[in-house]
Amino acid sequence: MENTVDKTIITVVGKDTVGIIAKVCTYLADSHINVLDISQTIVQDFFNMMMIVDMNKADKSFGECATDLEKLGEEIGVSIKCQKEEIFEQMHRI
Amino acid sequence: MINIWEVKETNNMVEQENLDVRTITIGISLLDCIDSDLQKLNENIYNKITTVAKDLAATGEKIEKEFGIPIVNKRISVTPIALVGGAACKKPEDFATIADTMDRAAKAVGVNLIGGYSALVSKGMTKADEMLIRSIPMALCRTERVCSSVNLASTKTGINMDAVKLMGEILLEVAEQSKDRDSVDCMKLVVFCNAPDDNPFMAGAFHGVTEADAVINVGVSGPGVVKTALEKVRGENFEVLCETIKKTAFKVTRVGQAVAQEASKLLNIPFGIVDLSLAPTPAVGDSVADILCEIGLEYAGAPGTTAALALLNDQVKKGGVMASSYVGGLSGAFIPVSEDQGMIDAVQANAITLEKLEAMTCVCSVGLDMIAIPGNTKATTISGIIADEMALGMVNQKTTAARLIPVIGKDVGDTVEFGGLFGYAPIMPVNKYSCDDFINRGGRIPAPIHSFKN
Repeated sequence: MENTVDKTIITVVGKDTVGIIAKVCTYLADSHINVLDISQTIVQDFFNMMMIVDMNKADKSFGECATDLEKLGEEIGVSIKCQKEEIFEQMHRI
Repeated sequence: MINIWEVKETNNMVEQENLDVRTITIGISLLDCIDSDLQKLNENIYNKITTVAKDLAATGEKIEKEFGIPIVNKRISVTPIALVGGAACKKPEDFATIADTMDRAAKAVGVNLIGGYSALVSKGMTKADEMLIRSIPMALCRTERVCSSVNLASTKTGINMDAVKLMGEILLEVAEQSKDRDSVDCMKLVVFCNAPDDNPFMAGAFHGVTEADAVINVGVSGPGVVKTALEKVRGENFEVLCETIKKTAFKVTRVGQAVAQEASKLLNIPFGIVDLSLAPTPAVGDSVADILCEIGLEYAGAPGTTAALALLNDQVKKGGVMASSYVGGLSGAFIPVSEDQGMIDAVQANAITLEKLEAMTCVCSVGLDMIAIPGNTKATTISGIIADEMALGMVNQKTTAARLIPVIGKDVGDTVEFGGLFGYAPIMPVNKYSCDDFINRGGRIPAPIHSFKN
């Protein structure tokens, strides 16, 4: 069975621009965070992306990653949020 | 696997619809702190609270970050102090020193309110109970974060009318002492019928004697989420309406369940219950009255309000019970006046009266909550309002409460500001006819016939 404990959902929302995915993925790769799934849509000109990542082998703590990604988001001009997958599983699965 | 729409739905609830966890409350038993020496007792209480709850604030923040769900309050409830202080306290002043200790401990661990300055007197008052009640004005006046509650009645025991009478007088004393601040100390005092042992919400939280040494109780909130969901089913029939409320309540409660379990794990304290209440705040879009309007009323208080609230409360419970392994506390919709913008609007439009609010408390949790009344209201009249509320709880086998604020120096037409989450309230008129002879009889009202189930 997969280890669900370290699954984290990263959401990126904001104005679409070149290189959003590249910048986020570069950060994840540098931090040894494995991407399990990506989905992305444009809703009313807004870029919406959700990634499911595995932080099991990450070289930083959850808190650090969340803060770093938030800062990265500010640089690109989008909002990036990191949340444990558990909260979504709880809400949407019986 | 979770999909992008589900993630978006959850995050919209938080960002746009005010979904939050209203409180993580640690219940702490102080029974093992009892000592006949007052100073030693105070020391024991301070040490126990600051040891058990030392990581509460930091843990709350950690969970907030991990889940991306705001946790608005971190609080503590303790064993009713009348039981803990009975051996050491010889006069009301002695009890007030325990309130000082609770206040200090709350500040030390960084919680904004601490409940349990309480007495359970539904059948009779011990000397300690009465001393604690008489010390309430003193205790609330000199502390900042201590909350007090008194259980005056229950379905099993009837109504202690001596205590009801006394509480009318005490409430006016509390109002008088804080009259330069619009009698705000009354917000920290509530009286109950059938008070639950595991309520996480203030001012009525205390840690019942039936509880374990320490326990985590969580109160969720989501009136805005329910309101937004109902906007999408305007004009549909009651079946669709009820289904929508139920599904939404399920989702909201699951958040509470997840937070409670995580907090329990991180703090190594057992999980008690999730309280399913819809708790409003004065923020726009975070109102229970607005849900009633969305169900189809022009204002809360219009004919149909009691039925709409009954339906809302029942569906919240049905959805919530499925979502959590243990539910408890007050669990239902709160209808405070000052903390709910929609309710304030209804009062200002003369759409709702004290009597209609009383009727509404028959079908929802809690009771007459955060209602400002004229400061010249007689003590016996206040006791009469309390007695009515206690009777509703006693006969309907449910929790009811009264948190009234007689605002000294103000009358109908004036408004009081409580600040922050507590909002503001227009003063509501009170029936001016007397119940003096009724309240002055003394004694207690016997338990109703349907309490004899043995």
